[in-house]
Amino acid sequence: MLLSFGTVFLFVVLGAILITLLLRLSKLVAPSNPTDGKLSTYECGEIAEGSAWVQFNIRFYVIALIFLIFDVEVVLLFPWAVVFKDLGLLAYVEMGIFLIILIVGLMYVWRKGDLDWVKYRVKYGRGRYQNLNTEERESD
Amino acid sequence: MNGLFESGFMLIVGLTIAGLVIFGLMAAIAIIAVYIERKVSAFMQDRIGPMGQGAGLHAGKWGLLQTVADSLKLLLKEDIIPKAADRKLFILAPYIIFIAAFIAIAALPFNQVLIAVNLNIGVFYILAVSSLGIIGLILAGWASDNKWSLYGGMRSAAQIISYEIPAALSIVSVIMLTGTLSMQGIIQSQAGTILGFIPNWTIFNNPFSFIAFFVFFIAGVAETNRTPFDIPEAESELVAGFHTEYSGMRWAFFFLSEYANMFVVCGVTVTAFLGGWLSPISGVMDSPTWGLFWFMSKIGVLIFIMMWFRWTFPRLRVDQLMNVSWKYLLPIALFNIFGVGLWILLVG
Repeated sequence: MLLSFGTVFLFVVLGAILITLLLRLSKLVAPSNPTDGKLSTYECGEIAEGSAWVQFNIRFYVIALIFLIFDVEVVLLFPWAVVFKDLGLLAYVEMGIFLIILIVGLMYVWRKGDLDWVKYRVKYGRGRYQNLNTEERESD
Repeated sequence: MNGLFESGFMLIVGLTIAGLVIFGLMAAIAIIAVYIERKVSAFMQDRIGPMGQGAGLHAGKWGLLQTVADSLKLLLKEDIIPKAADRKLFILAPYIIFIAAFIAIAALPFNQVLIAVNLNIGVFYILAVSSLGIIGLILAGWASDNKWSLYGGMRSAAQIISYEIPAALSIVSVIMLTGTLSMQGIIQSQAGTILGFIPNWTIFNNPFSFIAFFVFFIAGVAETNRTPFDIPEAESELVAGFHTEYSGMRWAFFFLSEYANMFVVCGVTVTAFLGGWLSPISGVMDSPTWGLFWFMSKIGVLIFIMMWFRWTFPRLRVDQLMNVSWKYLLPIALFNIFGVGLWILLVG
């Protein structure tokens, strides 16, 4: 088993070497005369407006959290699935309880609107943005 | 001690050759698949696709050499790294994406004997390794300092992590039937027939596995960022998404990995659901050479279906994409686990 992962490691090294070699080869035969225009950031032919490294609404951080929970669940399910046939009904019921807890969690985030990309149910508190989402929805 | 050293040396030489073969295979897959993709899309749109240009330097009969010429052109292209980009991460990104695809192919069983790394947790390993590519995508998107790239990188991260869950859960329902994580073990447990004539592949084993196949395949298409799930690199809105700023050989590695990922997804689908290298008629034509043929032709059919998808379905919107994964595929995949468990308990 350890030897197998040694092989995988060797493949990682080999992959890195292959990429480096091909890039070197390309460097040998490809032209290279960089100009300011070529090295500028592409923005549909316009001169780029500011940097892309700005505050960015990643939207899906809640989804990333849900992903973490479910991914850990999957890791737990794999060894269970391997021995499931030997353990039978008891294992089925036990994992069923575990899965139902997670499904209730999924239903909760679903109901809360955390799975929506466009969040209609977000409350902006009292103020000028209070009716932001409802207005947008009516105009749709 | 000397003998140990020598055998270790021979092992490394052998594995290096295996690695080179896999690399050659990846290049061949990309070249052939791109050619076929062009022809398939051409025929689906009532065009003829790449053809030889007649006199002078031309791309062979029916344009057979078109993609070979394209890859030579990529090698000769100038390598541009934008001034504003984060140079180190920009260079690192294609390495991560390529290596992730490279070591995933290494664990695919091509026939009874041809498998570079026969891990006893094979399918788990491939799922884990192929999701490493996301890091490369985010790096490429972020390091380019380009707005299209940033959008593309973030979208593909959201997409891939969303679709990984239903894919992995469908695999769990297969593992419950086979009782092993080893790729060869999964295939061997599918030998034999049901009712004497239907091959005992997972997809035909029970109705829940039949559904799991579709869940896994749809999630797999989404994980390879192909149409209709290609919003990370939607040409009409994001230019080319995370690889907008890449050119020449560096871009070629993205392209190579994309086709290699298609191959891995189809390879896992074939192994887990369609009997891998097993012959469709049990006991007939099951030598290792035929095994290689069956494995490759099953993958070929699935890759053709992926290309078919591309010209059949319009691109999904971002919110629809998330809905498909979290509100449809995930509940179905969870339900499948209960179903397969019940099937094993009742039918055996």
